[in-house]
Parts: sequence; structure tokens; C-alpha cells
Amino acid sequence: MTTKSKNPQFLLLFRHSPEGPDPAPEEMQKIMGRWMDWMKGMGAKGVFAGANRLQESGKVLRGPRGASLTDGPFVEAKEVVGGYVMVTAANYAQAVELARGCPGLEMGTIVEVREVEPLPEM
Amino acid sequence: MPVTPHSPEVTRLVDHLFRREAGRLVAILTRHFGIAHLHLAEDVVQDALVKAMQTWPFTGVPQNPSAWLLQTAKNRALDQTRRASVWRGKQLELSPQVEDYLQAALEAPAPRFEEEIRDSQLRMMFVCCHPGLPPEAQVALTLKTLCGFGESEIAAAFLTGEAAMTKRLVRARQYLREQAVAIELPVAAELAPRVERVLQVLYLLFNEGYKASRGDSLLRADLCDEAIRLAELLMAHPLGDRPATHALLALMYFGAARLPARLDDTGGLLVLAEQDRGRWDRSRIGRGMRHLELSGAGPVVGRYHLEAGIAACHCLALDFAATDWQRIVGLFDQLLRLDDSPLVALNRAVAVAQADGPVAGLHALAAIKGRATLEDYHLYHAVAGQLLFDAGRADHAAVRFRRGLELAKLPAERALLEKRLRQCPG
Repeated sequence: MTTKSKNPQFLLLFRHSPEGPDPAPEEMQKIMGRWMDWMKGMGAKGVFAGANRLQESGKVLRGPRGASLTDGPFVEAKEVVGGYVMVTAANYAQAVELARGCPGLEMGTIVEVREVEPLPEM
Repeated sequence: MPVTPHSPEVTRLVDHLFRREAGRLVAILTRHFGIAHLHLAEDVVQDALVKAMQTWPFTGVPQNPSAWLLQTAKNRALDQTRRASVWRGKQLELSPQVEDYLQAALEAPAPRFEEEIRDSQLRMMFVCCHPGLPPEAQVALTLKTLCGFGESEIAAAFLTGEAAMTKRLVRARQYLREQAVAIELPVAAELAPRVERVLQVLYLLFNEGYKASRGDSLLRADLCDEAIRLAELLMAHPLGDRPATHALLALMYFGAARLPARLDDTGGLLVLAEQDRGRWDRSRIGRGMRHLELSGAGPVVGRYHLEAGIAACHCLALDFAATDWQRIVGLFDQLLRLDDSPLVALNRAVAVAQADGPVAGLHALAAIKGRATLEDYHLYHAVAGQLLFDAGRADHAAVRFRRGLELAKLPAERALLEKRLRQCPG
């Protein structure tokens, strides 16, 4: 583990509202194309560090040993977390600049940018 | 080590893949669910596309997008039918035969799967063009279920509100459900009128796209392409391989060949005489000619034959001056015998003016039966103005151009009339 990247990693977390009418198929393909282009662009810049789409439903545990186990994320959630991208950036300003390119922003997606806590220097 | 996003090898999806897949999958699913569940099929296909849109940027595009979408739509249908009593109104499960069938379709070798889709689409074409539906509903339903257009797009293409379009589609689905229309190819006894009906719908669809002056030009070109695609699909089946189908295809290819030349660089409309013929699509003209030849196989000369013949005259002329206007007038004369409408007569008058001069054209205009119905049509005044101008009566021409401007609503049409009006002194 000698090739440690100097730049910190940031999580870009996408939330969207599941409400609202679906776009027409042609429009959906265009939207998808913009997401792919955005991710590919980050790949080309060498700042892309992984991404995942999350399934819409899951389980939520609460209490000791998950005494309360419910289907989640949250029953009354107005926004669901749809997925995330990890990027490397020198600082928040750069990470935010990358996040600004997210095509979902034009359609109501909320992007949360969080820096990954670095390991303490030994 | 930077990570590469998924699917770098798929640089770009096939154009219109989603729209195309929507049309294919709704056809195959409706065939197996039954017409009463057309809406269920549309819903689950839509859901599958939404899922693809949300997932593929993260996971990459699956190797067989079509199978992925069908599988996803099928799972959605199973979920939905388990959850709500939409399936045959009682037991909530997708009948096991249907499930087996779809599974078999998914596992079938590609050529058989494609054959299955083509057959389903052909059947759906006859369903969408069911004679019990009004023509505008037939066109809307064809665009929705066979071409995968969204309601907003169909509404935009027909300059209607989305709510009105949605209502039209709801009523059409309701009719098909109540009549329990079978998803079958027509029987021999009713074949000719049923094919004729499909051709009419495709003709309407094409013309809707061909009217250059209305709405979004990209969307309009798509309508023309879809009309051609469906006509090809019909023609590829022995049922639809008829002279009239070839005539319609010829007409559509000739028209589509000229599409790229109809707008100037700023999006302004160019009339035939102004178009750069170098931009006409030669391969489409070639296909048009082949279909025109094949259309001559029968004894009947119908309106598509005549319109294709007229379009061929334009496509074969080296330039505007070399156009065989006499022949075009002759074809319009025949067309008038089939369809004695003021609109056909107006187009004939334009050809007469080219063949025999503007004064002859003005006489042809004056002789139009039912000319009063054209009084509110901007193109009628545009034509009259042009002929008067060419005949040296610029003062009278200006009056007609102004009247046309009062009636024309769309920017491209207005721009053309304003250009003409500026050429009139005073």
C-alpha cells in the first residue's frame, strides 16, 4: 500500500423525490446519456473512484440488536437515496465543482458532498 | 489508481433505443397479457425504462438491453398483479402460461425472439388501427404503443394539450377493452379494408411529420421515420405486401429524401425552387423508385400511386426548371378524380402555373370547386399572391400576402409570407 493518493476522497450522495410524472422514453434515454457522460468525464479526468446505485427498498434497524426491524428506508420519506459516486479532489471547492456537473441537479436531484475522514497520519 | 466508470466500451447507446424498445415490449407483453391489460403492459415497460435510466449509468449497459428490459418489465408485472386485483379482475397472479411463455421468449435464440417481436408489432398495428376507433385515436395509439412516444410528445406533434391527448388514449384503450378486440391478424375476408386502414394511419402519421412548418423539426422527422419503419414492417409480411403498401412506401421515401433540404441554416422554410437538390437523400430516392416499380403490380392506381408519381417527378428532375410539370398536372388530374377536394385542386393549380404560366394557374385557382373553404387557409392566399406577382400584378399580390399573414400562425410560415410581401412595391 505505497501508492496512496494524496488527494482526499469525497462522497457525492444523490437524493431524489420519487414523485412526479415519468419523462417519455426518448427523454429518459437523453437523461441517462447525460449521467453516463458525466461519469465518463470524471473517469477521463482520473478523479472517479467508484459508484453504486442503491435499490429503493431496504431494511432499517433500531435499538439493541435491531429490536425494531422495518422495511425502509423511511416510510414517509420525501426523498430517497438513489446512489452515490466517490471522487478524489484536492478540497471541498473542487469536489463541489465536480458535483455541479451532476445532470440530476437540473431535475430536482439533491447532491450531498461529504469528505471521507482520512486515516490518521502515523 | 483511478477507477473507470462502468461501460466505457458502450460509448453511446443506439439512437432512440428506449423509444424503440418501449414499442417492441408493449407489443409483445400486450399480446400475452391480452388487450384488456394494454395499460398494465405500458406501465410496466415504463417502469423498466425508469429503472434502466437510474441503474445503467452506475452498472453499465447490459449486454442485451432488450432482454434486460423485458425481464424487468415481466417482474414488475408479476409484482403488480400480486399486489392488486388487476389480473382478470379476480386471481392476482399472472397466469402461469403467460409467465412460461415470456420466459421462453427470453430464452429463445435471438432470431426467433426478433421474429416474435415483429409478429407482435404487426398484430398491434392492426389493433391500433381498429376500424371502431376514430382516425386521430388510431394515430395517437400507434405512436404510443408501437412507437414508444410519450403523451407529451404526441400532444406536441398534434398541437393539442397533454390532458386532451391522455383522454383520447384512455378512451381508445377503453374501447379496445370493452370490445375485447383480439390481438390477431385480420382474416382473409376483411384483409383489404383492414390493410387500407393501416395504410391510412401511416399516411397520416407521415404527413403529420412532413408538415415542415409545425413544431419541433427533429420530432417531425422522427414521425416520418416511424411511419416508414412501420410500413416496412407491414410490407415484410405477406399480408401487407400489396401494391398500395409499395406505393405508400415510395411516397414516403421520396418525401423523406427531401426533408434535409427543406430548411435553411437559420431554420427558415425553403420552397421547392430554392432547395439545394444536392442535399436530397439519393439512397432514399432509390428506395422510393424500387417501391414505385413494385407498386405497379396490380390493376388499381390509387392515391398513393399518384402522389408517389408526383413526388418521383420532383425527385428525378435535375433542377426546378427541368421538372416535368405537364406530367405532374396529368397526375393531379387523375388524383382529382379520386379525391375532388379543394386542397388537391390548389396543388394542381400550382403545377398548372409552372406548366403553362401564372395566368393559367390563376384560371385554375378560380375554377376550384368549393374554393370558399380555402378562404381561411393561409397557403391559398400565399399561392394566389405568388401567381399574381408572377403575372405582374404586384399590387393585387400584396393584398393576398397580407391576407395570408393574417391567417398564418407559425413563425416559419409568417417569415415566408413577409419575405414575399417585401418583394411587392408599395
